[in-house]
Amino acid sequence: MSEKFDVIVVGAGPSGNAAAYTMAKAGLNVLQLERGESAGSKNVQGAILYADALEKIIPDFRDDAPLERHIIEQRMWVLDDDSFVGTHYRSDAFNKEPFNRYTIIRAQFDKWFSGKVQEAGALVICETTVTDLLRDEGNRVVGVQVDRDGGSIYADVVILADGVNSLLAKKAEFHPELEPKNVALAVKEIHFLPQEVLQERFNIGEEEGVVIELFGKITQGMMGTGFLYTNKESIAVGVGCMLSDFKEQKTTPYALLEEMKNHPSIKPLLAGGEMKEYTAHLIPEGGYKAIPKIYGDGWMIVGDSGMFVNAVHREGSNLAMTTGRIAAETVIDLIKAGKPMSAANLEVYRSKLDDSFVMKDLKKYQEMPEIFHENRQFFTTYPELVNRSAHTMLHVDGVDKKTKEREIFSSFRQKRSLFGLMGDAYKLWRAFR
Amino acid sequence: MHIVVCIKQVPDSAQIRVHPVTNTIMRQGVPAIINPYDLFALEEALRLKDKYGGTVTVITMGPPQAEAALRKALSFGADDAILITDRAFAGADTLATSFALASAIRQIQKNMPVDMVFTGKQTIDGDTAQVGPGVAKRLDMQLLTYVSKIVSVKAEASEIVVERRAEGGVQLLKTSLPCLVTVLEGNNQMRFASMPNMFRAARHPLKVWDKDAAGIEDITKIGLKGSPTVVSKVFAPTPKSERAEMIEVESGDPRDVAITVLSKMFTRFPVVEKEIAKRA
Repeated sequence: MSEKFDVIVVGAGPSGNAAAYTMAKAGLNVLQLERGESAGSKNVQGAILYADALEKIIPDFRDDAPLERHIIEQRMWVLDDDSFVGTHYRSDAFNKEPFNRYTIIRAQFDKWFSGKVQEAGALVICETTVTDLLRDEGNRVVGVQVDRDGGSIYADVVILADGVNSLLAKKAEFHPELEPKNVALAVKEIHFLPQEVLQERFNIGEEEGVVIELFGKITQGMMGTGFLYTNKESIAVGVGCMLSDFKEQKTTPYALLEEMKNHPSIKPLLAGGEMKEYTAHLIPEGGYKAIPKIYGDGWMIVGDSGMFVNAVHREGSNLAMTTGRIAAETVIDLIKAGKPMSAANLEVYRSKLDDSFVMKDLKKYQEMPEIFHENRQFFTTYPELVNRSAHTMLHVDGVDKKTKEREIFSSFRQKRSLFGLMGDAYKLWRAFR
Repeated sequence: MHIVVCIKQVPDSAQIRVHPVTNTIMRQGVPAIINPYDLFALEEALRLKDKYGGTVTVITMGPPQAEAALRKALSFGADDAILITDRAFAGADTLATSFALASAIRQIQKNMPVDMVFTGKQTIDGDTAQVGPGVAKRLDMQLLTYVSKIVSVKAEASEIVVERRAEGGVQLLKTSLPCLVTVLEGNNQMRFASMPNMFRAARHPLKVWDKDAAGIEDITKIGLKGSPTVVSKVFAPTPKSERAEMIEVESGDPRDVAITVLSKMFTRFPVVEKEIAKRA
């Protein structure tokens, strides 16, 4: 007497919740399985919520979702060892409702999202790990096997939303083992500070928040970035680099974060805080070229498991929700039309994604991972040169400005040569075009 | 055989911290778990059910969120679950809690006689070990506390034999049913729920009882009104400010090391020196 559902969603992160919610709302018989104690107990993110993707799923999410602060200011810092050159963009337009970006605490947010999924009518079962996919004679996926007695469960289609290190997809040979060069390892800490201190320190009001993106010497020559976000009464600070770089350089992530926190420009922002949480997570940053096959007979892949992360713009959860929603809509349409969940029919999912910002953005930056992997000067030499140039220009010492300019230019030429400089400019253009 | 197991949802005390400034308990983000002793009690009940057959009903008094604890108990194999929840219960101490639970169990008895009531020996958030005995007294049941093992139950002879951990040894005790047993951390470990039980737990229509459904008329006996215990102050023990000291010894000679350490110790604790001198 095995159970049978219209669809089984594996995982209760943003992509799985988006998919399960959308389908349950449409009246489908949905089972969602999560290995964690509760939805969100295993999930880690910076975390910034981009409103747009969620709005398309739950238009009135702002009514009761646990949101920390809406972002009104974005800082981008290029750091040398003891300085930074940066830009700040702050606008009162970001203070107009509806707000566009929020900081969130994922444990709370995911619990809320999961509550919505259950309200919509999906059956959500936690603490249950899917160990394998069930297939019929034709190799079609027809259900899942879980790690409990009597654990064969059937469905017309299985949506894999089981995260970056999808053991399931690997076991099913939907994609190979993750390559270290395609994943970043990020570590994050949460430091608690009294709300008033935090607001004063970042020059923000009660609900307002700041994002600081960090780039340069803090990653010690590795391909990666750092970040600092303001929550209601805490600061999330973290850094992530490619796993292959950590391996090669034999740097430990916590040591990297420790040094970053001690940077003279960052340390005062965290002063007096109490560290309350320490987490680490893998981020799939292989980009467009690393996207595996995302659908087949009776199955689809959504979210991190499908490499849907835009590392350049730090977008991931919105891509996850969007892929989850589009996968769900594909299933809903097929069920309405009475069509089977065959690979040929599920192809719609891929083509809808191709037409969406998800694939368009990932495609735009498809050359980037490789270019940055091979050109470490972008993480070391240039941040250093930019910072030293700023210092040379701003340090008043009786030398005339013309000479200073010449000094700066020759320092660039010395480090990279004219040819190198032009080459780098071309590479950057290729990476970002 | 019908066993009622009383459980409580508690904050995971391993993850609780005291606010350094205000001295209050910081509950934010602390996960709620089933009181670990209650899990031992539930597992004992489920084992008896496996052995002799019967029905296991779990009850809890708590806020609506305690539903999660009951669903978990159902997934392990409990047959039915009742959430006793009412704003009027807020602020209850052990006296008021045992009154409410006893009253609810009386209501349960109206539908199906109760042979045994199991509880954990105590909760990890209150640590009083008073609620179980309080319920037994009110229901006029035999009381067995600190039970580490249930040896046998003979329903037809209305008899139970248990091992009870006592100072200096283990007591083998026999008494008659109905009785209330408070269970120690024992030899059992909570079972891993089967998938059909997970489905059943997720879909089970939970019974939610307010004070009326629990058969309570006298509201002066429940909640804050029924609680003579007053928490006048909560404070954290002063943290030990002394730190470990690194002792530098110039030479690595064991004799020098011993002399340096001993002289440090004697300066710090003259009593020790005196005592040693006396015995020498």
